[in-house]
Amino acid sequence: MSIQRSPLEKAGSGLRYLVLVAGALLFLVPFYLVLRNGLMREQDITAAQWSWLPPQVQWGNMGELFSDPAVPMARSLLNSAVISVVQTGAVLVLSGLAGYGLARIPYRHSGAVLWTIVATLLIPASVTFVPSFVLVSSLGWVSTLRGLIIPGLFQAFATFLFRQYFLGFPKEIEEAARLDGLGYWGTFWRVVVPNSFGFVAAIATITFIGSWNAFLWPLVIGQDQSSWTVQIALSTFLTQQTSNLHELFVAAAIAIAPLVLMFVVLQRWIVEGVERSGISE
Amino acid sequence: MAQATATQGADPATRHTGRAQRPTLARRLRGDQNRNLWFWVFVGPFVAGLVFFVYVPILWSLWLSFYDARNTVTPTVFVGFGNYVDMLSDPAFRDSLLTFVVFAAFIVPTTFALSLGLALLVNRAALMQTFFRSVFFLPTACSYVIASLVWKMSLFSGVRFGLVNTVLGWFGLDPVAWLSIVQPPWYWLVIVSARLWLQVGFYMILFLAGLQRISPTLYEAAAVDGAQGWKVLRYITVPQLVATSSAVLLLLLINAFQAFDEFFNLLSTSGQYPPYARPPLVYLYYTALGQGQDFGHGSAGAVILTLLIAIVALLQGRLLRLGGDR
Repeated sequence: MSIQRSPLEKAGSGLRYLVLVAGALLFLVPFYLVLRNGLMREQDITAAQWSWLPPQVQWGNMGELFSDPAVPMARSLLNSAVISVVQTGAVLVLSGLAGYGLARIPYRHSGAVLWTIVATLLIPASVTFVPSFVLVSSLGWVSTLRGLIIPGLFQAFATFLFRQYFLGFPKEIEEAARLDGLGYWGTFWRVVVPNSFGFVAAIATITFIGSWNAFLWPLVIGQDQSSWTVQIALSTFLTQQTSNLHELFVAAAIAIAPLVLMFVVLQRWIVEGVERSGISE
Repeated sequence: MAQATATQGADPATRHTGRAQRPTLARRLRGDQNRNLWFWVFVGPFVAGLVFFVYVPILWSLWLSFYDARNTVTPTVFVGFGNYVDMLSDPAFRDSLLTFVVFAAFIVPTTFALSLGLALLVNRAALMQTFFRSVFFLPTACSYVIASLVWKMSLFSGVRFGLVNTVLGWFGLDPVAWLSIVQPPWYWLVIVSARLWLQVGFYMILFLAGLQRISPTLYEAAAVDGAQGWKVLRYITVPQLVATSSAVLLLLLINAFQAFDEFFNLLSTSGQYPPYARPPLVYLYYTALGQGQDFGHGSAGAVILTLLIAIVALLQGRLLRLGGDR
């Protein structure tokens, strides 16, 4: 198609970029505010006169935050890291295996099992936090990493996505593996998984983000300070009407840094994960 | 742990049968048995966990909802539908449903329009397309806690040094106490804009994927027929996005129904939540896990909310489409 661009079209294209640039700047404002406030002295943040940049950059805010006994920053970062990494790994293994079994191993009641799993998709996990809390507290898992991690490992949606993906996996590759004498187990781990990197990465990134940013469940279960995630630490700090804004914002900067880094490096997989999770749901 | 050892134990066994030379019939029988076994090796751990951590709590909660269960999870006083009647006649519970309706009326159309608009703009931007997509998508990395923190303490801070109040000051306007006044209810602006910023990029990606699935031949045919600008949008783009649009609408609605994080973090101060603007989950949180620990009423509330959301999803009918061959 080679159509001459009219002046009107050119003007439209210019307008489009103007809107895009303005929108992009607006979307970046909150990130800017986190950095600005996190690197300022308290009196500069609350000053009557607005300053776009810190008059005096305070790298020391970070050290101050980590030595503040009121906010267990290091511990909560560690908790968040452990929870997110373990949950991501376990969801991949559990849902990956289940999805493969449902897609590829013929079994008489396979359809019924699939329905048992898919039926739970109708009930969002957050609505059932009361019953889940009842169960977890009966197990004595309140304020433990077990209680924070294990109930979130059985993601029906991830299993469903894996099943859909494996249904579309090229059968010839698997058949070649079977001829080589590999059973289901060997075929899955040595042939299917290594050839599914993109899909696994997409599910992994989406799961990790959800886990790191989770709030309601950690709030319900993490009652002792020792079991706080970074979101709970920040939320407590925030809702206690603090006058410690510079620490609050430097804490926010630290809490988003891992994910922003991940977004920049792994964006391709995250976008794929979003597309898959949105379309099939 | 037990799962891992079980699967490892089963592994050499099948390798053995795979190699063994046996009569065809016996081999097939063995193979069939193995298939059932292998199905459960793969699917069993997940299904066991799902039953224990999803089905058991739901059934337990259903049982609790018919009992007077204050501060206990093994109650003895049966109250029938009493908890349900109490919940449905509780003005605070009905208010929470109303709060959801108001919230959804704000957030669903704005997110839909903005994410579609951005997708259309980004899709046609030949220059720096990836950059713009990344910028609009980046807020998805942030949690509701982070957004609430920035919105409450800096952007919409009620004092003079908040950014929005600073901008108002440039135009000679007085600072507004965004979150602490009810008349006018400016807190809706804060709540809705925070969620908008967080989720627009996500839905923009879905729309972009939908736009990129539209066959170029359709546009070429439209160009041959002389269609331009709005006409192309109206007769080609929009009809081709129907599937994506209905998926986005359902997701937006379900997510709005589950709103908790930003309400909790924006509105509660020093452990106190104001009596207004309590969406269903916030209400449930304070009923079941607040000072009362009233699991009977909390469970009845959870059951009612679950039914409501399941009805919406069923009406939409999308979640039930298995096979995914569209």
